[in-house]
Amino acid sequence: MLERAVSEREQHALAMIERVRSRKPQFRDAQITMAHGAGGKASRTLVEGLLAPAFASEALAALDDAGTVEAGGVGLALTTDSFVVSPLAFPGGSIGELAVNGTVNDLAVSGARPVALTLSLILEEGLPAEVLRREVDAIARAATAAGVDIVAGDTKVVERGHCDGMYVTTTGLGHVDPRARLSPGSLQPGDRILLSGPIGAHGTAVMLARGEFELDAPVESDTRSLWPAVDAVLDAAGPSLRAMRDATRGGVATVLNELARASGVAIVVREAAVPVPPAVTGACEILGIDPMYVANEGKLVAVVGPGGADAALAALRSHPLGAEAAVVGEVRTEPPGMVLVETAFGGRRVMDVLVGDPLPRIC
Amino acid sequence: MKFVDEFRDAELGRVLAGQIAAAVEPGRHYKLMEVCGGHTHTIYKYGVDDLLPANVELVHGPGCPVCVIPMGRVDDAIAVAREPGVIFTCFGDMMRVPGGHGTLLEAKAEGADVRMVYSPLDALRIARENPEREVVFFAIGFETTAPSTALTLMRAKREGIPNFSVFCNHVTIVPPLRALLESPDLRLDGFIGPGHVSTVVGARPFAFIPADYGKPIVVSGFEPLDVLQSVHMILRQLVEGRCEVENQYARVVPYDGNMAALRVLAEVFELRPHFEWRGLGFISHSALRLSAAYAGLDAERRFRVPGVRVADPKACQCGEVLKGVIKPWECKVFGTACTPERPIGTCMVSSEGACAAYYNFGRFAREREVV
Repeated sequence: MLERAVSEREQHALAMIERVRSRKPQFRDAQITMAHGAGGKASRTLVEGLLAPAFASEALAALDDAGTVEAGGVGLALTTDSFVVSPLAFPGGSIGELAVNGTVNDLAVSGARPVALTLSLILEEGLPAEVLRREVDAIARAATAAGVDIVAGDTKVVERGHCDGMYVTTTGLGHVDPRARLSPGSLQPGDRILLSGPIGAHGTAVMLARGEFELDAPVESDTRSLWPAVDAVLDAAGPSLRAMRDATRGGVATVLNELARASGVAIVVREAAVPVPPAVTGACEILGIDPMYVANEGKLVAVVGPGGADAALAALRSHPLGAEAAVVGEVRTEPPGMVLVETAFGGRRVMDVLVGDPLPRIC
Repeated sequence: MKFVDEFRDAELGRVLAGQIAAAVEPGRHYKLMEVCGGHTHTIYKYGVDDLLPANVELVHGPGCPVCVIPMGRVDDAIAVAREPGVIFTCFGDMMRVPGGHGTLLEAKAEGADVRMVYSPLDALRIARENPEREVVFFAIGFETTAPSTALTLMRAKREGIPNFSVFCNHVTIVPPLRALLESPDLRLDGFIGPGHVSTVVGARPFAFIPADYGKPIVVSGFEPLDVLQSVHMILRQLVEGRCEVENQYARVVPYDGNMAALRVLAEVFELRPHFEWRGLGFISHSALRLSAAYAGLDAERRFRVPGVRVADPKACQCGEVLKGVIKPWECKVFGTACTPERPIGTCMVSSEGACAAYYNFGRFAREREVV
């Protein structure tokens, strides 16, 4: 490949940008906009610039998917998540299943076996009872499938127009697995990036279910518990498993950026190695969205040291959830904190965190 | 994906890159402008730049619809959006463009009913469904998107939908190119012609570029192989001493354009005497407004818009970026005061804007061999 020298001035400009980027984000916005909820840069500013500093908690500051606490010599993982998806039901799942699996998966990728959930429902006046019944059934089924008990709960009702049908919050308690030695800051050059299966299905299914695009494609949400896959990887990779993430809002791209930043390493992704279902590729192509930024609800990213990568991949593939698992990239030294993509076409580019919602391009 | 993957074939890309490398004269520097923001996006997204020899430089042109909207027009849009009873509809990118007083996204958070749509027809549907509200569509784009606005207006008129209007900001491709070619600081060897707009206007309108200014232009498609092939075609013209309009995108672009679309444009729109372009200033006959027959659907007549010209922020060099005079990273505020999350200039907003494309995709791409 022809390597082109970059002028000193350009390097200077790039270095300046990196200095600005590495500053701690400050929350200075005058009001909340939808961008603060989209999982991109504005969400990060909200969490790292306002919430984390306010509570001065070491476990929270680690910004993991779950926080860990020791109680009586037992390692516990605790996490909470609210679900506001619209529409409430979509191909492959509904808000009830998401509310269970989303929280279970935050525990699982933190290396904790999910044990119990609490459930909080905010219901809108006028919500048909059959919709509520359907979602309660979905919650019960998903909890049974994930092997967690729902041990406490709360319900509130708000006036019509003050909530979109129903919002669900779940809090999850897990038992930290003794095999897990995970930290997002522990990535080392040479580590491999594993993906547990094809990406982009959940976000695409929900976007299409909204009916705004008048597009139809056979795409179903991948919502499911990741604990069985995590269990298999923990067994196979042992101490060479560095970190795992559940690639939900913001997609695989956002998760990789978080890991690269936390460890001060570069991650290089081979675009051609990333499995994407053809229907997702097609829908994203039409909407001008990169599947790497589309939400998943049952896919994990695992970073494994070179010694354990083959075993971890084999373990994932031997599991029905991970038949299409793949090694999609690796950790390198330079440039620190950045994710680069080797495009299928043979070029190279940066894959940064999104600024807001993945909006389709206009022409 | 069929009919797409074929145009992204890495092996063919390498073959073309080899042919390009063989075509260039050593010691000569080639500076080519891709006019259209869609090409800018393709070049960065696929890393097309990496396959070109060091002496072939691509610079980005003025063909990004979001990038050329001046701040005053954004303020006008926000003023209309804030009118009581108005549902203001626009494309997603446009919501983040800063005017003199914030963005449409901020106006939405403050209570204005601003909705993102994907087509002007979506806006018309919203108007049908909300007969008690005034629904305004923020129309932007070159001749590429103008026909869909025109067809929507024709339908609104035919159906007699009284609560629908269009805030028209459609622009035309030839006047800014001529303005660009007239500017004394321009040093370009050739143009990658805008493929999408050419599906409507054809390749013929670009004949003045070789004829009057002696620069070759190749109308190009938007897949990475299209762009590489177009670069090769321009370089061959330069090497062989030819200078003409060539059409690489013949699978979509007829030389004379799309007659039906052009007829529709002529019926619904007329040329404005002049229009302000972000960073480029006022350019004569460079934009469209609704014709007399459609004046009743013109939001600028239905609502009072401030119409105040807002000077670009002093530090912002979008104009020079849009003219290809400087690279995005040469702008004084690039990546520091002006970032995709807090853009000062429009080029940092749209994914087709040169600054956003370079910031999001281009940084470090070719800076050093990754260890």
